[in-house]
Amino acid sequence: MHLHDVWFVLIAVLWTGYFFLEGFDFGIGILTKLLARDRPERRVLINTIGPVWDGNEVWLLTAGGATFAAFPDWYATLFSGFYLPLLVILVCLIVRGVAFEYRAKRPEENWQRNWEHAIFWTSLIPAFLWGVAFGNIVRGVKIDQHFEYVGSVWDLLNPYALLGGLVTLTLFTFHGAVFTALKTVGHIRVRARKLALRVGLVAAVVALAFLLWTQAHSGNGRSLVALIAAVAALVAALAANQAGREGWSFALSGLTIVAAVAMLFLSLFPNVMPSTLNADWSLTVTNASSTPYTLKIMTWCAAIATPLVMLYQGWTYWVFRKRIGTQHIADIAH
Amino acid sequence: MELALAPETLARWQFGITTVYHFLFVPLTISLAALTAGLQTAWVRTEKEKYLRATKFWGKLFLINIAMGVVTGIVQEFQFGMNWSDYSRFVGDIFGAPLAFEALIAFFFESTFIGLWIFGWDKLPKKIHLACIWMVSIGTILSAYFILAANSWMQHPVGYKIDKARGRAELTDFWAVLTQNTALSQAFHTLTAAFLTGGAFMVGISAYHLARKKHIREMKTTLRLGLITVVIAGMLTAISGDTLGKVMYKQQPMKMASAEALWDGQKPAPFSIFAYGNVEKGHNTVAIEIPGLLSFLADDNFTSYVPGINDVNKAEQQKFGPGDYRPNIPVAFWGFRWMIGFGMASFAIGLAGLWLTRKKFMLPRHLRVGEDEVPHLVLFKNQALGSKLSPWYWRIATWTMAFPLIANSWGWIFTETGRQPWVVYGVLQTRDAVSPGVSQAEVLTSMIVFTSLYAILAVVEVKLLAKYIKAGPPELTEADLNPPTKIGGDTRDADKPMAFSY
Repeated sequence: MHLHDVWFVLIAVLWTGYFFLEGFDFGIGILTKLLARDRPERRVLINTIGPVWDGNEVWLLTAGGATFAAFPDWYATLFSGFYLPLLVILVCLIVRGVAFEYRAKRPEENWQRNWEHAIFWTSLIPAFLWGVAFGNIVRGVKIDQHFEYVGSVWDLLNPYALLGGLVTLTLFTFHGAVFTALKTVGHIRVRARKLALRVGLVAAVVALAFLLWTQAHSGNGRSLVALIAAVAALVAALAANQAGREGWSFALSGLTIVAAVAMLFLSLFPNVMPSTLNADWSLTVTNASSTPYTLKIMTWCAAIATPLVMLYQGWTYWVFRKRIGTQHIADIAH
Repeated sequence: MELALAPETLARWQFGITTVYHFLFVPLTISLAALTAGLQTAWVRTEKEKYLRATKFWGKLFLINIAMGVVTGIVQEFQFGMNWSDYSRFVGDIFGAPLAFEALIAFFFESTFIGLWIFGWDKLPKKIHLACIWMVSIGTILSAYFILAANSWMQHPVGYKIDKARGRAELTDFWAVLTQNTALSQAFHTLTAAFLTGGAFMVGISAYHLARKKHIREMKTTLRLGLITVVIAGMLTAISGDTLGKVMYKQQPMKMASAEALWDGQKPAPFSIFAYGNVEKGHNTVAIEIPGLLSFLADDNFTSYVPGINDVNKAEQQKFGPGDYRPNIPVAFWGFRWMIGFGMASFAIGLAGLWLTRKKFMLPRHLRVGEDEVPHLVLFKNQALGSKLSPWYWRIATWTMAFPLIANSWGWIFTETGRQPWVVYGVLQTRDAVSPGVSQAEVLTSMIVFTSLYAILAVVEVKLLAKYIKAGPPELTEADLNPPTKIGGDTRDADKPMAFSY
């Protein structure tokens, strides 16, 4: 196995980590309108991810930085090509971070409500757009012989990619609902389970359609295995949710995301960004990658740092393992 | 009009705006993390309540600030690819690695432990909670180091070769990139300036309260901590700036010459206090100068030769082909002066403050004050400043908060524009670095979006800071004084509200 293959896998791992973790963060944000009935319940939801959302988002920064270092051409083509959707995502992530931190810093009704609206929209929009982006990456876009994206922003909004957007949107919402059931007590926990069933069924239908389409368009034997794993995990997550096994349900909805992302990357390999204009102009793990020397240094760094990160991030979840209910939220704003 | 709005120009403006804005928060984050950690350490060790109240107060300001630093940092990570895709392709093999290191090692560290610190007051035993803020502090410093190593490579590329076939620069020695003298001196200078910034912030806010005779006990402590930080960091900033200047003189003579508007090489070369020149003709019409000082700054020798702008321009034309290799001279010249002027002004105000508020050993008995009294400002041996002058010192000390922020901004504007037309000195020009596929409309949109969003957020942030600054340190609660003994919190009362919630 070449180092650039290793880095293809590592970047897949980083994106998987990002979607697994920020997936339920986005879901929580969406549920502030879908599930919460009043301000205390909204605060319960926000506080389930309070200590961890920032660390979760770093998976994205790391995926971005690692792509820059390991596959500079992939980074360059992707980020300059998907310019406007990325701009929207960046704006959302900026506003969202500030919204979490500033919302409770003033007691005024208006202030808090505005930031709550912001949390909802800035969670919903990226949850959708990441699916659109990955749909386009897997399907391929108009890339010329200089690795430049030559399509327009409208080309990115094709039916397949939009369906991909719906998949991430519904899957993340489901993931968030299951997370809520696991992390809260009281009424909201019961309602989260009920909502998880409904959202999960929609997610199952949309995801199945999208993954089958992917399989038909660019799949292979290995991606088929991942597809089956994703669908099976989603069905099992729904069943666990119905049985009230919240921990299992969350692990399985997470597994669904892992398997679905794995399927996308397996369909992609050895390309990293296929060209729809000419197969020779596709970016691949070989023609887009850095030198073996750079990859070797990066491999050492990742081999040491990644397990440590997982260890101390995991520890954070353990520290904040207690369920939260409305009774735990103090009245006064800080 | 067409030229003014060329995608390259827009992309440069966007980079300038977003970077300077981001760097308003960075130095405060770096220094306030450590200063807050210091205050919390004092609380854990002495159990004096004033330290805990101070920790909570400065910690809050730190959090309001770091939130902005974090979110504006996301843009920094991605705009290389968005606006500068040819740069990314050309240097990714080298430049990407420190960025990835920064994310993997520093960002994860900072973001995870900041979450633990914010929410951990009633979930972690005292010492573990304290360790979290120190972890955050280490994270901020590591982060600064990696990104500065990356920037230093743009100032002075080392440890690479050019692969002509693939048309890119390739890494040959990562250790050289991380440890070259440019990176070391730039990190030293930036970190000391960061502490000058945080120290001045602390001095300013403490002075604001002391002038109003409020929260005296806490504010006296932090005034002192701030003043000491300003004086030590100010001194080190000057020393590191001098080191960096000498490195720059060797590695980027054009930048040094531009900083001085030294058009033609001189031996010895003077330091210019004021200059007004004609860029077209390449000379100054007015110049006030200190003889020999530039030679000393550049080379430690009052008589050394320092090449001028016209000399370096000619040399670079011979080396790299026809073209204009001069940066924007007025920006470099004045940027350099604003940086030094504002930075050193806050150092001087800090030094004055440290003398004026000196403690009992050096004061006659009648000028000493108790723990709950505002210190007298004692200029001469036996006499305090009167009721006219004292408020002025407090006022100036409050204003000094802004000085290092201005100095930092000009420092970056100077060092980045002073490198132009190069994006990587001597290797890649800025005009060859932009994204060829990104349209004018797209860059314009993103520049307008970021600028307006940042402007709105600046208003929100400053108002919020002002609210919490005016409110002063919070009253302590039972929970604050009885931290948990077990990780995850004590289980005495399952329905007890959280000590902190969003």
